[in-house]
Amino acid sequence: MAAEREPPPLGDGKPTDFEDLEDGEDLFTSTVSTLESSPSSPEPASLPAEDISANSNGPKPTEVVLDDDREDLFAEATEEVSLDSPEREPILSSEPSPAVTPVTPTTLIAPRIESKSMSAPVIFDRSREEIEEEANGDIFDIEIGVSDPEKVGDGMNAYMAYRVTTKTSLSMFSKSEFSVKRRFSDFLGLHSKLASKYLHVGYIVPPAPEKSIVGMTKVKVGKEDSSSTEFVEKRRAALERYLQRTVKHPTLLQDPDLRQFLESSELPRAVNTQALSGAGILRMANKAADAVNKMTIKMNESDAWFEEKQQQFENLDQQLRKLHVSVEALVCHRKELSANTAAFAKSAAMLGNSEDHTALSRALSQLAEVEEKIDQLHQEHAFADFYMFSELLSDYIRLIAAVKGVFDHRMKCWQKWEDAQITLLKKREAEAKMMVANKPDKIQQAKNEIREWEAKVQQGERDFEQISKTIRKEVGRFEKERVKDFKTVIIKYLESLVQTQQQLIKYWEAFLPEAKAIA
Amino acid sequence: MRACAGPRLGAAMMEGLDDGPDFLSEEDRGLKAINVDLQSDAALQVDISDALSERDKVKFTVHTKSSLPNFKQNEFSVVRQHEEFIWLHDSFVENEDYAGYIIPPAPPRPDFDASREKLQKLGEGEGSMTKEEFTKMKQELEAEYLAIFKKTVAMHEVFLCRVAAHPILRRDLNFHVFLEYNQDLSVRGKNKKEKLEDFFKNMVKSADGVIVSGVKDVDDFFEHERTFLLEYHNRVKDASAKSDRMTRSHKSAADDYNRIGSSLYALGTQDSTDICKFFLKVSELFDKTRKIEARVSADEDLKLSDLLKYYLRESQAAKDLLYRRSRSLVDYENANKALDKARAKNKDVLQAETSQQLCCQKFEKISESAKQELIDFKTRRVAAFRKNLVELAELELKHAKGNLQLLQNCLAVLNGDT
Repeated sequence: MAAEREPPPLGDGKPTDFEDLEDGEDLFTSTVSTLESSPSSPEPASLPAEDISANSNGPKPTEVVLDDDREDLFAEATEEVSLDSPEREPILSSEPSPAVTPVTPTTLIAPRIESKSMSAPVIFDRSREEIEEEANGDIFDIEIGVSDPEKVGDGMNAYMAYRVTTKTSLSMFSKSEFSVKRRFSDFLGLHSKLASKYLHVGYIVPPAPEKSIVGMTKVKVGKEDSSSTEFVEKRRAALERYLQRTVKHPTLLQDPDLRQFLESSELPRAVNTQALSGAGILRMANKAADAVNKMTIKMNESDAWFEEKQQQFENLDQQLRKLHVSVEALVCHRKELSANTAAFAKSAAMLGNSEDHTALSRALSQLAEVEEKIDQLHQEHAFADFYMFSELLSDYIRLIAAVKGVFDHRMKCWQKWEDAQITLLKKREAEAKMMVANKPDKIQQAKNEIREWEAKVQQGERDFEQISKTIRKEVGRFEKERVKDFKTVIIKYLESLVQTQQQLIKYWEAFLPEAKAIA
Repeated sequence: MRACAGPRLGAAMMEGLDDGPDFLSEEDRGLKAINVDLQSDAALQVDISDALSERDKVKFTVHTKSSLPNFKQNEFSVVRQHEEFIWLHDSFVENEDYAGYIIPPAPPRPDFDASREKLQKLGEGEGSMTKEEFTKMKQELEAEYLAIFKKTVAMHEVFLCRVAAHPILRRDLNFHVFLEYNQDLSVRGKNKKEKLEDFFKNMVKSADGVIVSGVKDVDDFFEHERTFLLEYHNRVKDASAKSDRMTRSHKSAADDYNRIGSSLYALGTQDSTDICKFFLKVSELFDKTRKIEARVSADEDLKLSDLLKYYLRESQAAKDLLYRRSRSLVDYENANKALDKARAKNKDVLQAETSQQLCCQKFEKISESAKQELIDFKTRRVAAFRKNLVELAELELKHAKGNLQLLQNCLAVLNGDT
């Protein structure tokens, strides 16, 4: 079967590549890029989840399973197509039959399963490496900058537009340097798309910066004071960090939505991100339901690793929150110190003016100048405190919330599996009853249902193992990133403190001779 | 204040003074520097050798060494309380003979209320924090209490030294009684009636001051001094308040470092990744930096805030002198007018003449000594500011360099690890 098929004309001109690719998602993404700036593609990510689960848990690769898989895949594909834009049609219509698209993954499945042993993770990793090779070896050579906030419009409909600049040598992008204009809701829209695709299969999707009604209202209303400029700067920095974290994630980097966000000049307005929209209210309802569910799910944790990790993250969360509170207090006090130093400087200048001893008068004026400069230093110091230290902490507090969310998804996945098992049991009991009652037509139906639910149970188990595996990997990655992040930022922060102290020394050294000169 | 016979606090508070000796020596230099040219000549040396803080009062041990014949012994000590210092000060102020001198300002009342409150709150909140945090905060508060205590001792000492250094005031009888009489002086604090009387006296004085200041002075020197002192006094008041606020902010920031250090420590001990060593090192850095920042705040308080506060009080005393002189000038002029009237009516001329003579003498005496006092005041002030500003700059440099060293060391370790 595999040999007869021609590779579908995927325009890359690299027919061999897709054989290396295990992830159907990559298949689709390269398709999208040839179709030049097409709006959001369907949700391919759920496909690879099924795909890989088929592969990696496949010690029982019966045809039945594959067929079911294929049907499943097919079913998914059809669903996506109907929901989505007509862009999908060209791909399918250009094929001899619709079966081509899903078959290609099956093509991959057949040889894979023959050659594989139980080392499922190895295959998974290999595919990762292959993807990275595909990206021409410069794995994370991508830099994102968010700059130039500009107010667009007036009154309550006004918004800030930010310039998002990407510099990269990755081949998946059409250019090596490009920029687009985005507004805050675009970022939220991106996050919401990524979250809906990846969170429930165990990927830690970096959370977007938070909304702030008060802050934005001030900006909209046009208050040109320092607090609104501060707010805009805070937001700009947060958006930049958010994008940088997102592109660092190897899986998310492949996502077409992310690419579209970075590349395309026009983006459909993400209205679902508004708090009071229909989607927003649905989100809130879901969150409430989730919270209730979490309390009722009692999971038999067979893997101590997960319990340990969850406890660890709980502790980390608490500690970070505590630290964050202290750092925020420091920022506040340093701002106060800066204001008080400035006030004292003015007062000392006045005192110097009224002092009638010339040398002392001059020295006092010098003191006033020194204190003024020190005030500036304090302000810079406060900025460093805040933008480096405090924001790092608040970012990680939100990230840990995302991690906890992923653990919760795993619990839900387990619940689904459990439920499937219970239902299967019930169906088997029903069948037994039918056997006894001897109703042949009902028996057949029961047998069908049993088959159906057996498949669901297996799927559930696969999903669960998949999400567990993904989470393990993600948590490992997260921990590494966290360590790197903290180290880098804290070292940068300390280096800025070194600068502050050096300046301080310079100022006082300049003042000392003046003080000594008082005769 | 001798380092060996250090201040004795109430029993509960002596532990954890790791900064003890260092603190003391700077303290010593700092406060004496407010009055630089206090000749401690052999004739009369006064100091406070010991102090004891009890519930709501402080007992100072005033130690005198003198070769003057007025005293029964060459060296002796008595115990005095704050009210007795005030009594002495007030007796100077009320003494007409001293009208022409700047009366050394009275020391401020010892005020431990704030510090005591904080210690109490800490005690109540002991259950809600870790043992390390509690010990750290207790140490801090104790150091604060000790600092306030030392300051009040120094203020009282400076007052006595000023009096002892003044050629005229040192001979005052009340002063000698204060130094020598080893019983309680039975000076009670003013009761309500007396406080009310004081209040009225002050009101009258300020009203009078306004009237009197309207009189233009013939003497350029005094005219200049008057305008100068008025402006200077106000500006010193402002600078003193702002300096206080600045010092307090510094202290708050230092306190935050403490909490941050503790949190980082907790993070470091809990974390299982290789970042835990990192956190522990940074936590250590914050702890050490905090000590330095607290010192910066304390030194600023001492060299800047206290200096300004002291000269606020001294400039007020100088203003008071000018007021007394102006008052006597007005009296003199009134006496002149009375004499003219008496001569015109040819009634009680002799009386008027004597009265006028007295006023004239008084006025001239005050003017003469006032001039010298004001010149001395300026000299003292310039010298004190010079000393304190130099020391402030030197200390700030020392601390900044210390901070820099800490940061660079820490960075070297952290970068080496990664």
